[in-house]
Amino acid sequence: MTATHASPDHSLDSFGDAAASATRVTPGNALRPEDIAVRPDKPSDDVAEYALRLGDDSLILAQRLSHWISRGPELEEDIALGNIALDLLGHARSFLIYAGHTLGRSEDDLAYWREEEEFRSAWLFEQPNGDFGVTIARQLIVSIYQHLLYSRLVNSSDTMIAAISAKALKEVDYHRDHATQWTLRLGDGTEESHERMQAALEFVWPYVDELFDEDALFERLGDAGVRPSTLREQFDAEIAAVIDEATLSLPALPRAMGGGRRGLHTEHLGYLLAEMQVLARKHPGATW
Amino acid sequence: MAAAKLQPVPTAGNEAPAPERSAEDIAGQAYFDRIIAEDSRIEPKDWMPAAYRKTLVRQISQHAHSEIIGMQPEANWITRAPSLKRKAILMAKVQDEAGHGLYLYSAAETLGTPRDVLNQQLLDGKAKYSSIFNYPARSWADMGAIGWLVDGAAIANQVPLCRASYGPYGRAMVRICKEESFHQRQGFEILLELSHGTPEQKQMAQDAVDRFYAPALMMFGPPDDDSPNSKQSMAWNIKRFSNDELRQRFVGMIVEQAKVLGLTLPDPELRFDEETGQWIHMELDWQEFKDVIAGRGPCNAQRMARRREAHEDGTWVREAARAYAEKQLKKVGAA
Repeated sequence: MTATHASPDHSLDSFGDAAASATRVTPGNALRPEDIAVRPDKPSDDVAEYALRLGDDSLILAQRLSHWISRGPELEEDIALGNIALDLLGHARSFLIYAGHTLGRSEDDLAYWREEEEFRSAWLFEQPNGDFGVTIARQLIVSIYQHLLYSRLVNSSDTMIAAISAKALKEVDYHRDHATQWTLRLGDGTEESHERMQAALEFVWPYVDELFDEDALFERLGDAGVRPSTLREQFDAEIAAVIDEATLSLPALPRAMGGGRRGLHTEHLGYLLAEMQVLARKHPGATW
Repeated sequence: MAAAKLQPVPTAGNEAPAPERSAEDIAGQAYFDRIIAEDSRIEPKDWMPAAYRKTLVRQISQHAHSEIIGMQPEANWITRAPSLKRKAILMAKVQDEAGHGLYLYSAAETLGTPRDVLNQQLLDGKAKYSSIFNYPARSWADMGAIGWLVDGAAIANQVPLCRASYGPYGRAMVRICKEESFHQRQGFEILLELSHGTPEQKQMAQDAVDRFYAPALMMFGPPDDDSPNSKQSMAWNIKRFSNDELRQRFVGMIVEQAKVLGLTLPDPELRFDEETGQWIHMELDWQEFKDVIAGRGPCNAQRMARRREAHEDGTWVREAARAYAEKQLKKVGAA
């Protein structure tokens, strides 16, 4: 793939360059979930499965982060974490709507009416918020990972995956900056904050490896997806630089088993879904 | 911190006894009186009477606190919102409220009282906030009723404040009112969707309106004959209409909207009086109003506990940010 990826499909042109070339971002003319919902594009079964993974990662983390609104250490953080959650929810909706075109289900069918074992998110995303340090440690890992991932996915051979990624990329760049700035402050702040931030990193670190696991799906996806193993080296370098500058140390801990991509989750996801789905499930068939 | 740069200013309780008026004060008062008479704006560096400043700090900070505490009943439903679109809208709305709190604290800071002092007054239970937020958000339909009735009442109250004589307050209100009108519309839409939904959904919507109608009408404050501060605020061009006038205007607005919703306002006495051109509504339970303000509402303790918990849990984070900033400053100094 080249940066000027020429596609004969011009149907996304109205969304601006972000969607048309999938390599540039045009602020103010971004692709919205509602726009995707009315488009006829149907991903292949494999791309739909991939979109589910991408969407579930962001959905589960958005649900976690939204709990911070009205509980942050400063008003500015209520706004910042809320913003990040809102961005992630937007990405999730886009990916789920797109996957749903092939799966024959709406975004809300997928969010509210799937069972735990049907969710494809990795374990890191469902880990509890903990204190602000744990939330920031989780966000640092996620943002660096997603930034690298979307930087490559803007060149996906699947036009819609590329377009959604182009929009997401601009946003996760801010998330990465926010998490980095806080990691520096907590790591190199007070003695207490240093200890808490180190403990936070150790809490989330076992869940890093799963992000880079590969299975047969990636062989079938070809240029539509990005092999996560190819992101690992840069991820390690970027996160090590932040951790080092924050006077923290890179944890050396065994990885957690993982299995989220196959629907095997930690015990945390069940509670998260119970809360998220309870109202929708009380009223089957209702619209809101 | 911004606090250090600001002039110490009398706040509630620690005001020094007024010394004899200086020539500067006399000239200042004359300027102030002229600005008010011309219906122009007082700006932060202008001379202003201590009581004007004190009234504004109290009113603006109460408004800011209301935005911040008001996040809680709606945040209560973010994680359970029944569709992803509604979840996104609700998150954006609650975030707007935090933003309103920030503008308002900034406006109050221009009067010389820093945000952390105001925040401490809230945490210590010395500052008030709108009593409506001490009612629980029991169902999803409450997100609709809060948007439609509570934000609607807030707009009716706040639109005239865009013309408040104190510049930073008036300008903050312009932006806040724009966002509030979106909030009201989203509340209306939630109720519209519910009232056209299943019988259970419609019942949920009616129940929410039944519970929020009277508390929303009370948001305009006590009746005019029992509102001791109103007269001075009107003389200073802070307040433009009386509590009862604003309440009237609001009732007239929601009567028509309730018809579109197909919901009933729980007010057996509600009628338009052709003779006076006024809406007659039921007598409100002012004892309940006073009880809730005095801390005896359903959620006062819960709301304050949540705010204090967030503040205390965040202490180490704020300390870390301060320590980091000091270290960076030293590094710059050493370089």
